[in-house]
Amino acid sequence: MTSRERVLGWVAGLGLTAGFVMAFGVAPREATQGNVQRIMYLHVPAILVAYLAFGVVLVASVIYLWGRAAGADRLAHASAEVGVVFTSINIATGAIWGKPTWGTWWTWDARLTSVSIMFVIYLAYLLLRAMIEDRERAARFAAVLGIVAALDIPLVHFSVYWWRTLHQPATLLRPGSTPMDPPFVLALIVNLVAFVLLYGYFVAKRVRLLRQEQEVLA
Amino acid sequence: MTYARRSWIVLWKDLLSERRSKETLNALFFFALLLLFLFQFALGADRERLTAAMPGLLWLGFILSGLVGLGRAFLAERENDCWEGLLLAPGDKSAIYLGKVAGNLVLMLFVEAVLLVLFAVFFDVDLGAHPLRLTVVIGLGTLGFAAVGTLFAAMTAHVRAREVLFPVLLLPVQVPLLLGAVEATEAVLLGEPLGAVGHWLGLLAAADAIYLTVGILTFDAILEA
Amino acid sequence: MALHPPIRVIGLRKAFGAHVVLDDVSLEVRPGEAVALVGPNGAGKTTLLRILATLLRPSRGMARVAGYDCAREAERVRAHVGLLAHGAWVYEDLTPVENLRFWATLGGLPHGRDALSGALAAVELDRVADERVRTFSLGMKRRLALARVVLARPSVLLLDEPHAGLDQRAGKWLDAHLGGFKAAGGAILMTTHSFGRGLGVADRIAILAAGRLALDAPLGGLTPDDVRRLYEASVEDGV
Repeated sequence: MTSRERVLGWVAGLGLTAGFVMAFGVAPREATQGNVQRIMYLHVPAILVAYLAFGVVLVASVIYLWGRAAGADRLAHASAEVGVVFTSINIATGAIWGKPTWGTWWTWDARLTSVSIMFVIYLAYLLLRAMIEDRERAARFAAVLGIVAALDIPLVHFSVYWWRTLHQPATLLRPGSTPMDPPFVLALIVNLVAFVLLYGYFVAKRVRLLRQEQEVLA
Repeated sequence: MTYARRSWIVLWKDLLSERRSKETLNALFFFALLLLFLFQFALGADRERLTAAMPGLLWLGFILSGLVGLGRAFLAERENDCWEGLLLAPGDKSAIYLGKVAGNLVLMLFVEAVLLVLFAVFFDVDLGAHPLRLTVVIGLGTLGFAAVGTLFAAMTAHVRAREVLFPVLLLPVQVPLLLGAVEATEAVLLGEPLGAVGHWLGLLAAADAIYLTVGILTFDAILEA
Repeated sequence: MALHPPIRVIGLRKAFGAHVVLDDVSLEVRPGEAVALVGPNGAGKTTLLRILATLLRPSRGMARVAGYDCAREAERVRAHVGLLAHGAWVYEDLTPVENLRFWATLGGLPHGRDALSGALAAVELDRVADERVRTFSLGMKRRLALARVVLARPSVLLLDEPHAGLDQRAGKWLDAHLGGFKAAGGAILMTTHSFGRGLGVADRIAILAAGRLALDAPLGGLTPDDVRRLYEASVEDGV
């Protein structure tokens, strides 16, 4: 582990601790939902960081196709893996929140549906990488898929949103429907920053491992 | 000019080969017929239920037969290593991509027309009320499907487990196309004007444009096997 | 032309992962010269041809065709090279004429019926010009591939086992054609298994063993038996 990685790891750990304190100690108990609402401090940063991760995959993929730099490919690979992990955290916490709130683990709500489609797309992306032995070819093909996948996200989002809202009234979970009080917002922001740091730590670690793997095999 | 001619020669080659061998078309017609039976068994004889599920079934049929057809799109290029020749051909490789997309589009539209007739006959659905509207919707949906499908078919042509990997890559990515096409088809079959589904048509057109653009820009990276 | 030899390879290395296929190979082919590349299976002959044809990128070292770098100036290299690869690049459900028309159009070459018929006549496929390739023997497909290569009028020919699958007559025709090609200043690099036929047009022999160039010598005055002895000695040393 490099020293830069170690520093990033410690800072991310501190951030997560602070986020934990904010979520359970500082932010007040939400009036209607109760303590269950606190899962939001995990749920929302996870998906925002996942979007960040897939955005990085897009940029790294374009850079790879442009100049064929192996580093860009490793970054795309690592970022996609971490993005999938954070997406699954988002989906799992959503289900845990949904059970007491909606009375069901899963519903074909617009956001749940579009996030799970995104999840499947990037799982397929990782599958493609795993199934191609030639590293250079895997990198090229994954880069193309990484671009298609990222551009597909807004299409998925709009189509699923229209598809659901044209059939049923607006869902419970609508962003911006009620303005949040400052303590809630602050707790959310602290957790978001901590998650971004955690993302950076994971990606740095994975990129280094991928590089070492490739050096051993070369 | 030479670009268009090169796209055209790829399209010409694919359609001529298909007309001679009829390998893909024969299999797809039979497959389409089998799908009809499957839908009937799955939903029972209840006419109303069938009619309600009609747009979804129609596109399920299009997509399943499209998956089978597209999966074969690059077999001929592999057979005698023609792939190498395509790669070494001078000039912009996207001409080859567009030729391939056009060939797949023609093939899929052909099979879709047959499926439509089969649906009309066996499920007693009135498809002829607004043929132009239906054509627009099906054309937009199928174009995007062919554009991204051709790209992924080329990508998986060299992978050992391509029969599995191809649908696994393609199906989730084209969920927006499927949703848009099904919703717009439903509206058109109910007699609504195209304006009522303008947002869906816009989404389909945007998807078509995105997939085609990415395909044009990245196809040479895929050809380079 | 005098400044840039048709083919120049210096210190070429190609590795697939940990597997080294070519190691420090240097070779030059001059205008009007044919070099036969000999070696056991897996010695790297085809890999060398594929790098020169820009189908593969070298791991290290330099490969140039007509002065252009095979890795960085692939598009220019492709304009000079005619490749007869292992696969015949034919579409089974098209006729020979249609196959030629496809490749000629794609390559931006003249694709009139006359030009195509002439190329088919040269490989004696004109009588079956309108039959489907699916019914052809391997040798006929190879001849069709030759017609396609010839059509592009390359200045450098890269031939992978050109005599494989050809009968006596077609082999003779090929040798005569390659002789004419050399006389016009073209350069040829060909792999071969058979010492008799394959060496007929070659001026020099290059022996590849385990990815290394074991011998690069003029062929003048050597009998096929001499070559065989040289080959066996080099291959044993190389392994």
